[in-house]
Amino acid sequence: MRFLLIEDNQNLANATIGRLTIDGHVVDHAASLEDAKLFITASDYDLILLDIMLPDGDGRSFLKTHTQSSDTTPVIVTTARSEVSDRVGMLDLGADDYIIKPFDFTELEARCRAVLRRKRGDRGNVSRLGDIEFDSLSGTLKTQDGRLKLRNRELRLFEIFANAPEQIFAKSKLVDRLFSYDKDVTENAIEVYVGRLRKHLKGTRVEIQTIRGMGYMLVIT
Amino acid sequence: MKRYPNVSGSIRRRLLLILLSGAVILSLGLFFTFQNFAVNLAEESQDNILKASATSILDAVSVENGELNLDLLYAAFSMLSNDADDRVFYAIRANEEFLTGYKDLPRPEKAQLTENYVTLRFEEQPVRLVELDRIVSVAGSPTVISVAVAQTLDGQNALLSRIFTVAVSAGLGVFALVVLLALISERATVSPLIRMTDSVGRRGPNELRPVAAPVPVEMEPLVVALNGFMDRLRKSLSRTEEFIADAAHRVRTPLATVRTHAEATLLRVQKEENREALWEMIRAIDESSRAAGQMLDHAMVTLRADDLEREKIDLGELATELVDRLTPIADLRDIELKLTTNPNVTIEGDPILIQSALRNLLDNAIKYSPPESDVSISVNHQGARASVQIQDQGRGFKADNIPELTNRFQRGENVDGIIGSGLGLTIAADVARAHVGELKLHNNKDIGACATLLFPSL
Repeated sequence: MRFLLIEDNQNLANATIGRLTIDGHVVDHAASLEDAKLFITASDYDLILLDIMLPDGDGRSFLKTHTQSSDTTPVIVTTARSEVSDRVGMLDLGADDYIIKPFDFTELEARCRAVLRRKRGDRGNVSRLGDIEFDSLSGTLKTQDGRLKLRNRELRLFEIFANAPEQIFAKSKLVDRLFSYDKDVTENAIEVYVGRLRKHLKGTRVEIQTIRGMGYMLVIT
Repeated sequence: MKRYPNVSGSIRRRLLLILLSGAVILSLGLFFTFQNFAVNLAEESQDNILKASATSILDAVSVENGELNLDLLYAAFSMLSNDADDRVFYAIRANEEFLTGYKDLPRPEKAQLTENYVTLRFEEQPVRLVELDRIVSVAGSPTVISVAVAQTLDGQNALLSRIFTVAVSAGLGVFALVVLLALISERATVSPLIRMTDSVGRRGPNELRPVAAPVPVEMEPLVVALNGFMDRLRKSLSRTEEFIADAAHRVRTPLATVRTHAEATLLRVQKEENREALWEMIRAIDESSRAAGQMLDHAMVTLRADDLEREKIDLGELATELVDRLTPIADLRDIELKLTTNPNVTIEGDPILIQSALRNLLDNAIKYSPPESDVSISVNHQGARASVQIQDQGRGFKADNIPELTNRFQRGENVDGIIGSGLGLTIAADVARAHVGELKLHNNKDIGACATLLFPSL
């Protein structure tokens, strides 16, 4: 996905860009509202991440002009202020969602997915893998047997495999990508979810193989 | 929370008391002065007539050929006649020898007389008497002629009683007039005070505008001081809220940077021990940012709960919004949020606080639920109360912990490694208390915890 990150804190911006790039996203960074306007006129984005506190004016004013413009790119506001104290709800100002810093990137991803699903409706994000179609927004797999809706964790796990076929993922890496940082998550949980995906993929040309001692990878036979 | 002042006395009552006692003293004074003056005047006029009568009798005494000659004039008595038909007595003596008149008419001692007048009893009724002397020469020797004239007091008494009536009505009239003036001036004095008290008393907790209504000059210092206080209070409140929001921003922004870097690094490192360390780091960051956020939220809740904003809140709408907001987070663990609402479950309160209380309970339910379980939220009427009930299928409360869980920084013994600040339930309970509501915690019959927020229905 293509993100526009509007954030004045350079350190945080760098870290965010680094983190989003790992997930395969493309990020442009605007450090001020002035820059942000230039970026928006120059290219199209799937999503705008807007810091509400900016040096050259409140992010709220950006939201206001953005909602009034013809641009329908969804905006997720990031704020470090407490939720209780922000009297005027971000959503009332035209944001599609908001997230409190510091945030878990799995949460950001979930919110992006929810926002995009709402905005795009059925015109999802369909990709073909062998003989199946995968919609990563709605979380549906279309096989010859029919349509199947994946649960959230199954979806996120499958997405990791589907984005990089024939790449080996260690169980521990999958744990890091899939779960928020609770102590009780074990690598056994990954086996459970892989097992379920295999069941869903039975009879298709898409297969998740176990590479002994290394992890899993998706192959199209 | 209302703090009652030390009330002693009432300006209105004090003012009325002073004005009314003034009225009483004034009218009594007026009455007595008038009465006294009138009585003196009446007595004096009777005395003058008596004296004129006695003088005209004396004038009628003449000496002819060495003999006393008395020619009693009818006029001397007719001047004493009046409406009351007062009786008139007289006695004439020459050198203490009774000549004519009423022999029994008492002779006052010289000491009893004040300017020749005396009031005494004769024939069983009070009379006013005057005695005048004159020395004439009879056959070369001086002779003292003394004339006493007396008159009964019926006429004077009748006059006095008429005067008394007039004096009483004058006194009462003045009293009534002064009372009326007292009431008017009491009202005029107290009404600006009452107007200001009303305008200050009617204000809502967040209405801290200065008093703009006109006030009399004597109240100016008070209103200036009051406006000053309100201005300072408004500034201090908004500064505190601003500070709390700002503090959150200052703490969380660097934490966000660190966390993001840690997450990115975690995805790149290979060594298991580094990975473990980064997990611990992220957990610690989450814990501190959660604690900072919750402490600031708690401060905000305490601040706002002191002076509650009141508006109509539809609990169903509020819960729907919150469930929408938290669904992506619940989704991450395949937890389904099942919301059932009844229409028109409304309460009165501060929506920000109510939302904060509910979000904390829902956060907990999601946090302590196993993956792929359900959390049900139901908004209901419960008698005269409105309730929001949140049930999960998690580990539940440890029964002996329940009473302490709403204490600050108190966490259950069965939280394991789950991140929390120990303030969520405190916030929920504080919000409930501020709204005269209640937070109930118990375990479900089969599995999981149940938290219920109860508020008085609107």
